[in-house]
Amino acid sequence: MIIEHPLLGPRDSQEFTCLGDASLLQRPDAFAGDAADTFFDYQYLRDNPAGTHRELWYHEMGDRSWLVLTRDTRTHEILAVELASDVVTSGGRS
Amino acid sequence: MTQVNRLDGGLIDRDTPLDFTFDGRRYGGFAGDTLASALLANGVRLVGRSFKYHRPRGIISAGSEEPNALVELREGARREPNSRATMTELHDGLVARSQNRFPSLGFDLMAVNDRFSAFLGAGFYYKTFMWPKAFWERVYEPLIRQAAGLGALSGDPDPDVYDRGFRHCDLLVIGAGPAGLMAALTAGRAGAEVILVDEDFRAGGRLTMERETVAGINGADWAAEAAAELVSMPNVRVMPRSTAIGVFDHGIYSVLERVADHLPVPREGTPRQILWRVYAKRAILAAGATERLIAFDNNDRPGIMQASAVRGYVNRWAAAPAERIAIFTNNDDGHRTAADLAAAGVEIAAIIDSRPDAPASDVAELFAGAVVSNSSGRRGVGHVTLRLADGGRKHVSCGALAVSGGWNPNVHLTCHHRGRPQWQENIAAFVPGDGVPPGLAVAGAARGIFSTAGALADGRDQALAQLAELGIKVTSATVPEADDTPVKITPLWHVGGTGRAWLDQQNDVTVKDVGLAHQENFRAVEHLKRYTTLGMAGDQGRTSNVLGLAVMAELTGKTIADTGTTIYRPPYTPTPIAAFAGRSVGRNFRPTRLPPSHHWAAEQGAVFVEAGSWMRAQWFPREGEVHWRESVDREVLATRRSVGVCDVSTLGKIDIQGNDAGAFLDLVYSNRFSTLPVGRTRYGLMLREDGMVMDDGTTARLGETHYLMTTTTANAVGVYRHLEFVRQCLRPDMDVQLISATDSWAQFAVAGPNARRVLQAVVDSQHDISNEAFPFMACRAISVCGGVPARLFRISFSGELAYEIAVPARYGDAMIRALMAAGEPHDITPYGTEALGVMRIEKGHVTGNELNGTITAHNLGMAKMVSTKKDSIGAVLAGREALVAEDGLCLVGLQAIDGDHVTAGAHMFAESTPVDAAHDEGYVTSAAWSPHIGASIGLGFIVRGANRHGETVRLMNPLEGRSARARICSPHFIDPEGERLRG
Repeated sequence: MIIEHPLLGPRDSQEFTCLGDASLLQRPDAFAGDAADTFFDYQYLRDNPAGTHRELWYHEMGDRSWLVLTRDTRTHEILAVELASDVVTSGGRS
Repeated sequence: MTQVNRLDGGLIDRDTPLDFTFDGRRYGGFAGDTLASALLANGVRLVGRSFKYHRPRGIISAGSEEPNALVELREGARREPNSRATMTELHDGLVARSQNRFPSLGFDLMAVNDRFSAFLGAGFYYKTFMWPKAFWERVYEPLIRQAAGLGALSGDPDPDVYDRGFRHCDLLVIGAGPAGLMAALTAGRAGAEVILVDEDFRAGGRLTMERETVAGINGADWAAEAAAELVSMPNVRVMPRSTAIGVFDHGIYSVLERVADHLPVPREGTPRQILWRVYAKRAILAAGATERLIAFDNNDRPGIMQASAVRGYVNRWAAAPAERIAIFTNNDDGHRTAADLAAAGVEIAAIIDSRPDAPASDVAELFAGAVVSNSSGRRGVGHVTLRLADGGRKHVSCGALAVSGGWNPNVHLTCHHRGRPQWQENIAAFVPGDGVPPGLAVAGAARGIFSTAGALADGRDQALAQLAELGIKVTSATVPEADDTPVKITPLWHVGGTGRAWLDQQNDVTVKDVGLAHQENFRAVEHLKRYTTLGMAGDQGRTSNVLGLAVMAELTGKTIADTGTTIYRPPYTPTPIAAFAGRSVGRNFRPTRLPPSHHWAAEQGAVFVEAGSWMRAQWFPREGEVHWRESVDREVLATRRSVGVCDVSTLGKIDIQGNDAGAFLDLVYSNRFSTLPVGRTRYGLMLREDGMVMDDGTTARLGETHYLMTTTTANAVGVYRHLEFVRQCLRPDMDVQLISATDSWAQFAVAGPNARRVLQAVVDSQHDISNEAFPFMACRAISVCGGVPARLFRISFSGELAYEIAVPARYGDAMIRALMAAGEPHDITPYGTEALGVMRIEKGHVTGNELNGTITAHNLGMAKMVSTKKDSIGAVLAGREALVAEDGLCLVGLQAIDGDHVTAGAHMFAESTPVDAAHDEGYVTSAAWSPHIGASIGLGFIVRGANRHGETVRLMNPLEGRSARARICSPHFIDPEGERLRG
């Protein structure tokens, strides 16, 4: 696959490692009363859709950016690539 | 030996005669020959034995689809089995041998299998090797392994280099036949960056094998001119001997270039093969088509070939497969072979055309509406039996039979993204259907356009369409005039008979096997394939699949379109594993990292060990030491008695800076770092979000906004990735920056009672490192040896008074030499990873053995380090009920009794319980001989361990058939109060 890095342009996916579902951006509040439950869900419950999926990729052999890819898991078409920090900062925590 | 079947003409260089041997016999050929064409020219028909029944087999095709003519090439370490004779360019001195026969090709003992064929049909493995169960591994498997496979590897390391490469282009054209050449010309003339790959060594595809004219000249000449024009264009790269073997996502293509397979030995400095990764904005598949056979009884006899291959050998290589050749066809293409043979002066025994309305022939006797029903002959066809239109029989004598069953487009690469070919009735073949990879267009015969004129026009049109999408303008693109014969075919898949009619000759699958699959209800195409192994050989069934599907369709009463087809996967043609490995073999499998003191350690005669990608000194043997433990025990005792030095540069080092650096560390470590005073170091415990321990290490505060973290050697990469995840994905609001400094600093542990004295000799005098000025866990930027910048940390892994001193990596070699010189009065002893391990076990320090991914801070007895007053990764889930249970695993020390040995991996059982999973109480993680204690000791986890010190347990190691007894104790075997550290 080729990933359109927002800063570096097209890069081969071999330069990246994949962490999976971008819901990991939404880390719960550790001091909330239901933290035990919300953290359990955060840690273990992921969607694994056949279709459009938002997922985290790390440019380990490149600039070490964490990216959020929107990828169709059936065709490997990549619909969008964003810097994870931008996604979080803009409040759109996936 | 004379080349008995060599004709006049052809595209061979008669001025360059070549010698080669096949099964030890010498033959002659010419430059431009393949091994197959040279064998045919020499009258050799029998070239191998079949996989299962050991039937005599000959050459079937003239291309990469060859299922039968698989031979061993070359000798010694360069011996290569299962090479297709049809793809092997002849070179002088080529040595080739037949396979799968014993003692000889002519007389093969295993041919007895053919007599027992009634018992060896489809699925016989599943039925035969069932009982008794005890025979599965001891009898049947060795038996099957012995019988399986064709050729044999040399068993020696491959002496040649294989490489990988990367190329980019606007348009990749796959195949240099008429469609591919025209596509490449169109795009090349328009200025596009073009790569043209073709598996042949000569451009032209079928044009090299036909008597056709293109633009008024011989087709092969036109192809040569077109290729020459392409080679002359700076924007076009022509790659002969290069096969596109796979299509991957986003326009990435795998191309195997056989750089030196046509040479006896690769030229100095060049690889044998290169596996290219081609990044193409657009691609055109012009892979042509493959002629099918027709199944009839004993249709696998040597000499029975594709009609197109027969005329290819005659036209291109001037090699007649036999003096007298019969032709069996169900379409007009067979008549073309007849015309070409007649033109070359080869005697035609008969034309057998299964169509009652077959066109008349003026070159040979025609049997319209007739079929070939059988063949006979020893080690090759001698006669064929005809079933005539009126039901009568006739024998025709011939040395070869040219069979034309219609053409299959080479759709393979269109299937690599799960594309499904679809049936096209008028050509009776599958053409590319839905799911062709994005960016890939198909042109010419590969999509069922079989005439030369049609292929040329389609090549241009597909190129124009691709160029338009790329925004490349084309002013004019004319197509030369060429032959435009329509396809006329009446499908005939197999001729009914009582014997065995072959479909897949490489895997020995017959029409009867398909019948058996149908009878046993393996009727879906995917079931059919797996039950009979039809199409599962190295050729992926290129000459056989459609026949098998057609037979199944007949049996089920469905159409072929409804029956469907299996699809193809990479690689398109068999590809050596060596090509995938490239240069990543042996020592180069991955990069080797050398610590800064490596060369010094090598001078000392150190024994090295691979630790991940690092080469670390394991111990430093001295003269007279014969056993490794003598060296290790000496290093441990010398360090504890006086002073030792060890290169610890491999530990991960992460530089962390920013206004929020302290808060960031509070989040990633379970304990607090924002309160750490500048100039101090603290042990940190890092958890995964699920509450398990991820890593540990010490982190120093070098300044108000500047920390330096160390990680274990093994986790350096993973911890850095995790920190970047936390920084970018969880807290991009924090002002913090990270950089890996692992390779920037050389770091040495100096440990032992005399450590300070050694360091005082190298640290510049303005830096006071006395116990008062520089206490335990202090850290400071200093200078050494007269101004070399350095960092000093007073931390200890060994349990002794110890420091770690870091200098920029380029000073590492000088630093170890300076330390050794400064330590000479104290008999300083370099120690390796073994002594390091012994001392940390004696001290009860945990490492990767203990932090195995299932261990919590609670298990380590460090539950109090997980602060509940602040948020940190893993803190919430570490508090889960089962993880903090009182009867959980607990880190303990173990000391073997009765002279026994502690073994890592052993499981612990109480004195008198059964040894089974239900009574398993824990396991040993680390073990060492402690010269300090004088016993074998270890660390491990056992339930309720904190309350069991003094208890004896059994250490069971059923894997190695060993057991031992040990006493549970504190994990701190030496200096439990930590007085030495603070001295």
